[in-house]
Amino acid sequence: MPELTRRRALTAAAALAAAAGVQTLVAPGASAAGHSHEGSLEPFDEVYKGRRIQGRPAGTGDMDAMAGMDGMAGMGGHHHGHGTGYAVFVDGVELHVMRNADGSWISVVSHYDPVATPRAAARAAVDELQGAALLPFPAN
Amino acid sequence: MTVRKNQASLTADEKRRFVAAVIELKRSGRYDDFVRTHNAFIMSDTDDSERTGHRSPSFLPWHRRFLLDFEQALQSVDSSVALPYWDWSADRTVRAALWAPDFLGGTGRSSDGRVTDGPFAAAGGNWPVNVRVDGRTYLRRSLGTSVRELPSRAEVDSVLSMATYDMAPWNSASDGFRNHLEGWRGVNLHNRVHVWVGGQMATGVSPNDPVFWLHHAFIDKLWARWQRRHPEAAYVPGGGTPDVVDLDETMKPWNDVRPADLLDHTRFYTFDTLEA
Repeated sequence: MPELTRRRALTAAAALAAAAGVQTLVAPGASAAGHSHEGSLEPFDEVYKGRRIQGRPAGTGDMDAMAGMDGMAGMGGHHHGHGTGYAVFVDGVELHVMRNADGSWISVVSHYDPVATPRAAARAAVDELQGAALLPFPAN
Repeated sequence: MTVRKNQASLTADEKRRFVAAVIELKRSGRYDDFVRTHNAFIMSDTDDSERTGHRSPSFLPWHRRFLLDFEQALQSVDSSVALPYWDWSADRTVRAALWAPDFLGGTGRSSDGRVTDGPFAAAGGNWPVNVRVDGRTYLRRSLGTSVRELPSRAEVDSVLSMATYDMAPWNSASDGFRNHLEGWRGVNLHNRVHVWVGGQMATGVSPNDPVFWLHHAFIDKLWARWQRRHPEAAYVPGGGTPDVVDLDETMKPWNDVRPADLLDHTRFYTFDTLEA
């Protein structure tokens, strides 16, 4: 079953990413990619209310810098083709986020309430989830 | 002809029939297809590329057609049922009859947001949340928590007074009636109501809460009121707009219906009352 395979892969990728640690994740190349966008598109990686939230630019051609997270992003078959250019993860599971024209952000679990940055969207998602596991999208 | 009524004026029998038809659609699996479709559009409609269901001029005709599909599905179960609407500018507290156990049930408990009364409470066994973005399978709400106040009549009126349907860049940054009604700009009507209800209603899978339909039936009614108030104003854009559904272009996912086909609601249903 593809879903189980993907879950296993996600778990493995998350473990790798965790082992590699923050220093590896926020590699110089990734930071440079972040700075090439205006404003809020820098990577982040923190534990918020007991859950690991991560964000990074996506589709910038700088994938190698964050191999573990790239693995996660690539596995789902989802492409950030609608121009978000940024991927957010909660405990290693990708959270669908979207940038509004005014630069604010929303996510699929807090869709009608824009916040200023992808990190704020990730934190709002953790608040909304109340400890529940995020499901890989698309949900079905 | 279908008559859409204010939920506050429904009889006990009308409420019972509406709830029974909704639960039958859930039982048969047809309900969840609506949730799935909505979330697919939520995730793909974006400000700088193709946008159809949301953050675009076709927000209103898209949801009009989406509600027509749902209403027809309900009527295939019970032909007497019509979609009621929730005027949240009038019935604006958690004590409204809308949230009583004989209709939609009330707010969620504080610990986990779980709705514990009414026909859609998880304990009743009739309302599994299957199309979801997280692991929780029970209906959740948190009425009035994330935002304190529902929009007021004065705020509704201020948006109805806007004479232009929509404006370039035809997205969440637009000025004009559509985007102020949708809520990405200004006093915020439609979006704020989703946030006020909380739970699944605040997410891309918002149709998991049956109040989704009553909320959108009122948004749809506000479009009809706006047309009556501005008879000279038209749906725009009229043609040739990249990524945006023009007046005579077909809309996904149906591909056989245009905004032009949906401007006159009286082809499909009327309202109990329609003030300007």
